[in-house]
Amino acid sequence: MNIWSWDVFADAFLVIVQGLGITLGLTIACYLFALIFGFFWTFLRRIPFKPLHWVITWIMEFIRSTPPLVQLFFIFYAWPMVPVVGMTLDPFTSAILGLGIHFSTYIGEVYRSGIDGVDKGQWEAARALNFSTRQKWTKIILPQAIPPTIPMLGNYLIIMFKEVPLASTIGVAGILHMANSYGAQYWTYLEPLTIVAILFLVMSYPSALLINKLEKKMNRRFDKKEALNSSKGATA
Amino acid sequence: MIEPIVTFNDVHKSFGDVKVLKGIDLDIKPAEKVAIIGPSGSGKTTIIRMLMTLEQPTSGDIIVDGKNLWKMEKKGSMVDANEKHLRNVRGDIGMVFQHFNLFPHMTILENCMTAPIHVKNEDKSTAKQRSIEMLEKVGLGDKLDNYPSQLSGGQKQRVAMARALVMRPKVMLFDEVTSALDPELVGEVLEVIRDIAKEGEMAMILVTHEMDFALDVADKVLFLDEGVIAEQGTASEVIEHSTNERLQSFLHRFRS
Amino acid sequence: MLAQGLTITISVLIASAFFGYLFAFIAGLCRLSKNVILRKFTGFYVEIFRGTSLIVQLFWLYYAVPMLFGIELGSNWWVGVIAIALNYGAYMSEIVRGSILAVAKGQTEAATALNMSRFQRMRLVIFPQAVRMMLPEFGNYLIQMLKATSLVSLIGMHDILYYGDILRSSNLSQAPTVYLLVLVFYFILALPLIFLTRKMEDISKKGVASQ
Repeated sequence: MNIWSWDVFADAFLVIVQGLGITLGLTIACYLFALIFGFFWTFLRRIPFKPLHWVITWIMEFIRSTPPLVQLFFIFYAWPMVPVVGMTLDPFTSAILGLGIHFSTYIGEVYRSGIDGVDKGQWEAARALNFSTRQKWTKIILPQAIPPTIPMLGNYLIIMFKEVPLASTIGVAGILHMANSYGAQYWTYLEPLTIVAILFLVMSYPSALLINKLEKKMNRRFDKKEALNSSKGATA
Repeated sequence: MIEPIVTFNDVHKSFGDVKVLKGIDLDIKPAEKVAIIGPSGSGKTTIIRMLMTLEQPTSGDIIVDGKNLWKMEKKGSMVDANEKHLRNVRGDIGMVFQHFNLFPHMTILENCMTAPIHVKNEDKSTAKQRSIEMLEKVGLGDKLDNYPSQLSGGQKQRVAMARALVMRPKVMLFDEVTSALDPELVGEVLEVIRDIAKEGEMAMILVTHEMDFALDVADKVLFLDEGVIAEQGTASEVIEHSTNERLQSFLHRFRS
Repeated sequence: MLAQGLTITISVLIASAFFGYLFAFIAGLCRLSKNVILRKFTGFYVEIFRGTSLIVQLFWLYYAVPMLFGIELGSNWWVGVIAIALNYGAYMSEIVRGSILAVAKGQTEAATALNMSRFQRMRLVIFPQAVRMMLPEFGNYLIQMLKATSLVSLIGMHDILYYGDILRSSNLSQAPTVYLLVLVFYFILALPLIFLTRKMEDISKKGVASQ
């Protein structure tokens, strides 16, 4: 039996590449969702009401420390059965919600660290200059809080890109899904799965290098010590 | 004539394109106390770091107790020393650092005991007893089980001295040991150095900015300027009676 | 019924954590070695496993490796453990490497001044401090590995999620309760790890001289 066949490789490649759009599209969609939803967590936690703060913190902890795969199944299989608010969602939307919410809890933490990193004097200065709350946030705090977090946010984009194939389990036809169905059809998994691995590698490795560079630049600019570990992991 | 314990022979050192030392010749006799003074960037610290084998000289020889520090004989010719050779020769030397460099994960007693046990293969009870005696001598007998983070800067520096002394070096190096201290803590550290100096059997090289202290303790003072020894002699010759202009202006900044 | 899956989930977690940390130390130290080939080789391993998805690696080990080499990696349990351990070992090797490099240079110099050998410097001075720095991240990754164990249900292991899926397909209307329960199961397993991580953060704040 032929172990490795370049014919199969080429044939499978053409099939799998068709899933690339879905994979990338889903990555972007999940990421944007998480970026926006992350703000939601950050601001909820800033409400100065102890019990609420406590509840939000533990909800975030719950979402963060349970498997995204199960959360995905919950939204896809269980959400339609939930009384009153339940509705059937297509796989793509389910994946956006499932992965988006999961990672929004991480993104929320990133925002928080950025805001905590703003010098205390800046808050006092904003007050001293009599800015409104809205002006304080949009003109003083956020412009300083967000840029230092950009490398970290970039890291999460790569991490999410690598988590997106989880969505193949609920039928989103990304590259992993294409490879698996190709494998099931012709009973040859080696080439298709290798192609998927290569595709991930060629896209994530250069991006990781880019972000590393960006991080060094940012650190210099913001005069911060290099983080011990830039690729803080949120995978599963 | 007594054989010198430390000899520098035309020692040069560059970092990249920057020439830090441009030919240092120096003899230090056993038990001699030498203070090195000079403006920052003049290469004072580099001299003792090379002696501690933390920097390799670009050229020249450093001889300690008759042994070439950075070179060893191999098949009849002299080659760069390997780690094994360095371990053989640097046992005679001890060093106290500007920033203490205590081991933060050990108590101060463990800080002192570790090297005698592991490097000199002393048995544990002897090492412990000697360490306790040494810590008592520097006035920290009541802090044996404290961690470095619980001590003041002055106390940390005294631990660092005890740690080096337990190894019984023949030459002890002090690298600006009071520079990182709050002014009110400088005295206690200098006091300990004075005590050690009085005991006398060890050669000491002190890189320092404390002129009065140098005058008091040192047998010999070197003024290092732009990579060369610009002036040397007894403490009073160099600090009080020198006519070297650059030395005068350097001293002036400390005496105003 | 879900509790039946606990054995698999927990055993996979423990085994992959063990091997994951082991790989992390081996690879982390190799990347600091003076041997260029060793360094390049481990660098290659780390980048491959960090650059692709765990789920892809799992399927690759499950489907492709037997085809490629004609060998079976023992049971599916081992396939799951090896995949998780290799993946997280790669991530955590970067922590091992970073922590060792982050121990202040003065510590090595002080150890040298006390005439310690290279090995003694590592064993007595650098390593104990580096490990303290690693602890919080290692705790975080333990939680990540717990989450990752849910993937083994995809290669036919009977873990918590597997039984959840069985329950759901036998009674569709119960799906919300079932999956919520599954999540709660995972959370209960994660709780001690969360507290452990916080404890490790406290430990690591003490006793380290970092640059």
